[in-house]
Amino acid sequence: MTLVLTNRFKLKDSHTLAVYEENGGYKTIDKVFATNPDDIIEEVKQSGLRGRGGAGFPAGLKWSFIPKDPGKPKYVCVNADESEPGTFKDRYLLELDPHQLIEGIIICCYAIQSHDAYIYIRGEFDLPYRRIQAAVDEAYAKGYLGKNIFGKGYDLNIVVHRGAGAYICGEETALLESLEGKRGNPRVKPPFPATHGAFGCPTVINNVETISALPWIITNGAQNYRQWGTEKSPGTKMFSVSGHVNKPGVYEVPLGYPIKDMIQNECGGVGGTGRLKAVIPGGSSVPVLTAEEALDANLDYESLMEKGTFLGSGGIIVIDDSVDMLWALRNLGHFYSHESCGQCTPCREGTGWVSKILDRIYHEGGTQADLDLLNEIADNMSGKTICALADALAMPVRSYLKKFPEDFARHIKKTA
Amino acid sequence: MTKVKITIDGHDLEVEQGTNLIEAARQLGKTIPHYCYHPGLPPDGNCRMCLVQVEKMPKPVIGCRTGATEGMVVHTQSDEVKKMRQSIMEFLLINHPLDCPTCDQAGECRLQDYYMDYDRIPSRYQEQKVHKDKMVDLGAGVMLDEERCIVCTRCVRVCQEVAKSEELFVQERGNHSMVATFPGKKMTNPYAGNTVDVCPVGALTSKDFRYKKRVWFLSAADSVCQGCSRGCNISVHHADNRVYRLKPRHNPEVNDYWMCDYGRIDYKFVNDGRRLKPHFKTDAGLQEDSYQNAFAHLQSVLQNYSADQITGIASAQESNEEINAFVDFIKSNFGSLPIYFSKNNPENPYEDDILIKADKNPNSAHIASKNLKPVSEISGGVKAVFVQRNLSAQDAQVLKDKGIQIVALFATNETNLDNLAEVILPIPTFAEQNGHFTNFEGKVQGFTKALKPRGESRLFAEHAEDIKALLSSIKKAS
Ligand SMILES: Cc1cc2nc3c(=O)[nH]c(=O)nc-3n(C[C@H](O)[C@H](O)[C@H](O)COP(=O)(O)O)c2cc1C
Ligand code: SF4
Ligand code: SF4
Ligand code: SF4
Repeated sequence: MTLVLTNRFKLKDSHTLAVYEENGGYKTIDKVFATNPDDIIEEVKQSGLRGRGGAGFPAGLKWSFIPKDPGKPKYVCVNADESEPGTFKDRYLLELDPHQLIEGIIICCYAIQSHDAYIYIRGEFDLPYRRIQAAVDEAYAKGYLGKNIFGKGYDLNIVVHRGAGAYICGEETALLESLEGKRGNPRVKPPFPATHGAFGCPTVINNVETISALPWIITNGAQNYRQWGTEKSPGTKMFSVSGHVNKPGVYEVPLGYPIKDMIQNECGGVGGTGRLKAVIPGGSSVPVLTAEEALDANLDYESLMEKGTFLGSGGIIVIDDSVDMLWALRNLGHFYSHESCGQCTPCREGTGWVSKILDRIYHEGGTQADLDLLNEIADNMSGKTICALADALAMPVRSYLKKFPEDFARHIKKTA
Repeated sequence: MTKVKITIDGHDLEVEQGTNLIEAARQLGKTIPHYCYHPGLPPDGNCRMCLVQVEKMPKPVIGCRTGATEGMVVHTQSDEVKKMRQSIMEFLLINHPLDCPTCDQAGECRLQDYYMDYDRIPSRYQEQKVHKDKMVDLGAGVMLDEERCIVCTRCVRVCQEVAKSEELFVQERGNHSMVATFPGKKMTNPYAGNTVDVCPVGALTSKDFRYKKRVWFLSAADSVCQGCSRGCNISVHHADNRVYRLKPRHNPEVNDYWMCDYGRIDYKFVNDGRRLKPHFKTDAGLQEDSYQNAFAHLQSVLQNYSADQITGIASAQESNEEINAFVDFIKSNFGSLPIYFSKNNPENPYEDDILIKADKNPNSAHIASKNLKPVSEISGGVKAVFVQRNLSAQDAQVLKDKGIQIVALFATNETNLDNLAEVILPIPTFAEQNGHFTNFEGKVQGFTKALKPRGESRLFAEHAEDIKALLSSIKKAS
C-alpha cells in the first residue's frame, strides 16, 4: 500500500540523497518557495495533521501561534528523542528516510520564517544519528541547507543535537532546556514555546513523524491527505507494534484502522499463547485496554478517547494471557520512577513509592490496603505536576488495577 | 500598573495585575503554604505545596506562578485544596529521615510547621527509604544532609541570583535527586550563608551555628550589620546574654533578604575577647581593676597635660549617638584642637557590586558629616588623645611616631592599642545598645539592644560624666 511516510522504506539506500531525489524527494521545494508562508500554514491546518509525538495537537494551529515579527530569532526543534516504551517509529524515519525529514523541516521553517532548526535526537540512537547527520551533511554539500538554499535566497541551518539519555528530555520544554545546555527539567507552562521557546525565542517543536508528513502534504495537497483517516484524525500514522504478535514492527496505516485488523493483518495475529489479554494502544503511559475493548477499538484519536485511553505515540503493546499485569505494571513503575526528573514532589516521590509498593507486593504479597493506597497515590500524582510524566504512571496504575483486578488479587495475602 | 479585582476565599481585594497568588493572599493576611517559592528569588514551581483552585481553570494551579487577572476567583481552603496539601506533605515525608531530635532546623522547620498545619496523619509508608549522604561539606561553612533535602532548589537559585554563582545544582533524577557542587569543587562564594537561611528544612546547616543552640531558646533583636558601610539589616539571635548567630532581615532598599558571609560571622567579638572591666597601665603591665582605681590613674595622667594639648579620635565603627557623645565631650571639655577620626582600614578590602563594600566601617557617613580630620593630618600641638573604640594600624603608628599619648581608650575588645593606652574603659558593642548607623547612601538605620552591656561596659555618656567630674576636680586643685 502506498501511503505517506514509509513509501521509500523498501528502496535500497533509501537514506541517501540520490535515492530520495530519484523518488520524488525535494520536488516540492519550488512550490514551497513560490507560496506565501501563511498559505503553507493554512494548507497544513486544512490537512488536519496532528502532532504524532503523543498529544495530538494540530500542527498548523501550533505554527500559527508563532509571532510574526518577534524581533528575535525563531526556531524549529524536531523532537527525535523517542523513548516512550513501546515506541520505535521515529528511528525508522531517521534511518530509512532522513531526507524526507529534512525536506519537512525546510517546509516548516519557511512557513514560520525560521532560519535555524535543531534535531534533538535520543542519545542512544546510533544508526539513526549517523544517518540523519550524514543526510544533513549531504544537503549542506548540495546547497539544500546553509546559505541561499536551492538558490531561493533563503538561509537555513540545521543542527543535529544528541541527547544524553533521559526519557524526560522528550518532553518538549525539557528538550529545550537540554538543548540550551542545562539539566533537562520540564518548564512550567505558560509561557509556551510558541512565544518563549529555545533561548527564550519563539519556537515550534514537532515530532519527527509530524514533520516527515509535510513533503507529501504540500506536494499532494491537504485534501488528498484527508483521503485517509477520519474527520478528526485525518491521514495516516505509523504504529510501532510489539509484544505478543507474530510480526512485530512498524506499520503505517490510515488513522481509524481497527486494532483487530492491525493485529490480524499487519502483525500476523496474536503471538505467545495466542490468546489476547490486553493492548496498550499508545505507548506505555496510556491506560490499558482489555482484549474485549481493544478488539472493538479503532486507531484514531477519538475512538480511543471514547474507550478512555489515548492514541499517544502509537506504540501498541500486545499482551497475551500469560502475562501477570502486576508484573507488567511493576515494570512501568521502575521505568517512570527512574525517569522522573524529580522536580515536582508528587512525581519524584509518588513514582518511587508506587514502584516500591509493586515490588513488595510482587515479591512478598500485599494487602487490599496496598491496592487502595496505589489508587490513592495515583490520584494524588495526577494533574498536579509540571509535566505529564506523573500522569504517565498514574494512568496505567489506575487502569491496570481496575481492569485486571484478578492479577492483583492473586498477590494478596489471604491472612492479611 | 493596572489594578485588578480578585476574590480569595470570598474576600474581595485589589492587587496589581500579575501579582502572584501567594503575595495576593498575603495582603489579606492569609498564608498559601509553600516551600520552593521565596519572595526574593525567581519562582520555580517545583514543590507543588501552593496548589490552589481558580474558578474556570481546568486544573489546580500553583499560587507562586499564577498571576492575578481581573475577576479571578481563588479558593485556598476548599476540601480539594486541603487534600492536595495533605498529599504533598505525605509525599515530602515518605523519604524524609525525620531526625528532628538531632536536627538544627527543628523549631523553625517548614516540614514540622506544615505537618502540624496541613497534614497530621500518620505515615502510610512501609517501604525502605532512600538513603543518602548525611554529612556533605559543600564549602563556605555550609553542611548538607542529602536525606533532609526536599529539592526545592532555593539554595541553587540563591547562589545564581544573589551570588551570581553556578556552584550549586541538582544532580541525579527522581527520588535520588540531590543538591551538589561539581566534582572536586566547593562553594566559595561570599554569600553562601544565604543558602542556609533560605533552606526551608534542615538540609543545609551552618557549620558555625549547628549543634550550638536549640532555636526555640533564641530571642531576636532587630539590628544592622556593622561589617561594612552597606549596613545590611539583620536580626541578632541571642540567648544567655551571648550572640549565637546573625540572620539577614528584609529591607528592599538596602540588602533585600540577604547578607554576606563576612558580616554573618561578625558577631564573635561580642562574645569573646572582650574588655569587660577597666584596665590601666602599671609598671607590671596592663592591670584589670575597678573604675575607681582606673579613674584615679586617668586623673594622674591628665594632670600632665593642659586642656589645649588634648583632643579625641572618634571611630567610624561606633553609632551616630556614640560618635556625637564623644565629639561633644571633646569639644566642650578641650576643644581648642581639631578633633580626629579613625577607621577600620584593612589592606586590600574585598568588595563587589552585590552588597559588600570596601569600606569596612558601618558609620563612615556619619563621621564624614562631623567635619573631623584624619589621624594622618594630626598636628604638632596634640600631646594626648582620647580614643574611641580603636585605631587602624597606620593611625596607631602615627601616634607612636609623634609621641602622642593615648590617655584613655574606650574599647569593646582587646586590641593592638592595649599597650599604648594609659587607661582602657569598657564600652558595649552594637549588640548591647540601641543606636543608629548611617550607611554609605546616607540612610540612617536603627539597631536595637539584644544583650545587656556585658561585664562592666558602659555607654560613652556614662564614662563622660565621670571624666567631667574628674576634670573639674583637677581644675579646682590647680
Ligand atoms: C514525559 C514526556 C515524554 C515525551 N517524549 C516525547 C518523545 O520522546 N518524542 C516526542 O515527539 N514527543 C514526546 N513528548 C511530547 C512532547 O512534549 C511534545 O508534545 C511533542 O514533541 C510535540 O510534537 P507533536 O505536536 O508533533 O507531537 C513527551 C511528553 C512527555 C510529557
Ligand atoms: S512531572 Fe515528574 S518528570 Fe515532569 S516535571 Fe514533574 S518531576 Fe519532572
Ligand atoms: S528538616 Fe525538619 S522535619 Fe526534617 S529532621 Fe529537620 S526538623 Fe525534622
Ligand atoms: S538543600 Fe534546602 S534549599 Fe537546597 S534544595 Fe534542598 S531543601 Fe531546598
